[in-house]
Amino acid sequence: MIGPELKIDIEGKRFELLPPLLSGFSLTVEPSSVVALVGASGVGKSTLLRMIGGIDTVFTGRVTVDGAPAAEAPPPGFVFQDPRLLPWLSALDNIRVVRKDTTRGEAAEMLRRVGLAGYEDAFPHQLSGGMQRRVAIARAFSVNSRLLLLDEPFVSLDRTLVKEVEALLQSLLDATRPTTVFVTHLPEDAAMLADRAVVLAGRPARIVADFRFDSRRGDRSRTELEHIANQIAAASLEPASYG
Amino acid sequence: MATLFPGRLFPTPVAVAQQLWEHLTAGRLISDLGKTLTRAFIAFFAAMLIGTAVGIALGRSRTLDRLFSSWLVIGLNLPAIVIAIMLYIWLGLTEFALILAVVLNKLPLVMTTIREGVRSFSADYDELARAYRFTFWRRLTFITVPQLMPFVLAAARTGLSLIWKIVLVFEVLGSDGGVGFRISTFFQFFDIKGILSYTTAFIAVVFVFEYLILRPLEHRILRWRQSA
Repeated sequence: MIGPELKIDIEGKRFELLPPLLSGFSLTVEPSSVVALVGASGVGKSTLLRMIGGIDTVFTGRVTVDGAPAAEAPPPGFVFQDPRLLPWLSALDNIRVVRKDTTRGEAAEMLRRVGLAGYEDAFPHQLSGGMQRRVAIARAFSVNSRLLLLDEPFVSLDRTLVKEVEALLQSLLDATRPTTVFVTHLPEDAAMLADRAVVLAGRPARIVADFRFDSRRGDRSRTELEHIANQIAAASLEPASYG
Repeated sequence: MATLFPGRLFPTPVAVAQQLWEHLTAGRLISDLGKTLTRAFIAFFAAMLIGTAVGIALGRSRTLDRLFSSWLVIGLNLPAIVIAIMLYIWLGLTEFALILAVVLNKLPLVMTTIREGVRSFSADYDELARAYRFTFWRRLTFITVPQLMPFVLAAARTGLSLIWKIVLVFEVLGSDGGVGFRISTFFQFFDIKGILSYTTAFIAVVFVFEYLILRPLEHRILRWRQSA
């Protein structure tokens, strides 16, 4: 299975009276690549992700997934900043709810893959923050989507949990190879997980750096990870143009 | 009280129980309870259905809410007895007028509770539904209804307690039977034993509903909150 190609051409996106968030913005994401959108808070990363996911359709321009408008494309696997589990459904039903055809067995298998076998009937409030995050990841992968969108998947997790969730994502990405766009403000996360890092800055947001990494993610040495993270961090600090 | 002030104004619990048994076996208690409960339940379900539908509309539409919010305040504060008297004058002392009066008294409470429930809906869950392309029915079943249920249950609970009270008052005012009608007859003869025996029976029915229907239902629907 190979992921779809994304083509993003946004003429304008603004929120009411504020200056435009995105204007004349273009980006192409190759099939089955893992692209990190890196930038400071408020730069427009999450908005961009919502446009790709077909959630935000109030803009001028085009976002296509394999040629189809994003909102009409098959549902992506979407991991929000918060786990966003439905509190009235069990872990198993939170997975089944996003795809009608998912059987109990398939949902249980997804939970097993994220290390939550035995927690099928637990309600979200009975799970720790890390476990809830893993259910959200299992839910995203359960739709069998070729497109995966992750919005700050490591935010508010402690570093031990970050390592755990990173390892989980690496193994799932290797197994299913979806086209993946993930938003982060931490260069270290981009260095760990991405094939390519696109650094955004300014208002309207523009691409200030676009790094493609030759080495295979998951096989990078500690030194290499530090080097990549430093590169991204340095690009993020470049003065951005405003207006 | 019965020990301190014996007499027909303060009957003993045993005397009340005996009276209750007589009304139950030889009197009209069952038929009176049946009439009152029928009126209460028709009014309850009508008010819940209409109130929920209108409450959702008010919660969703700012325009509708602006148009009707002052009417809602009037409805919430208008004395129940005024509505009943007006309807009895306009429609006569009919079953329909009685039930409609109960419905109109309960409606503003249901509408307000449901409106507040809809206003508290999480935009995050809507976003989740959009991301995963939920159909209308899937969104209704898994996102809208579960968020609304605590408010529906709250409206049902407060509404039912309100209905128990006003149905009896309206029966006193004008009806041909029912617990309220019978209590008004006992009142005319200062029959405290009769009043207390009917009240006891009525409270027993309310307890049956509370413990055999409402609480198990609430426990089942809100078990995701209680299983911490």
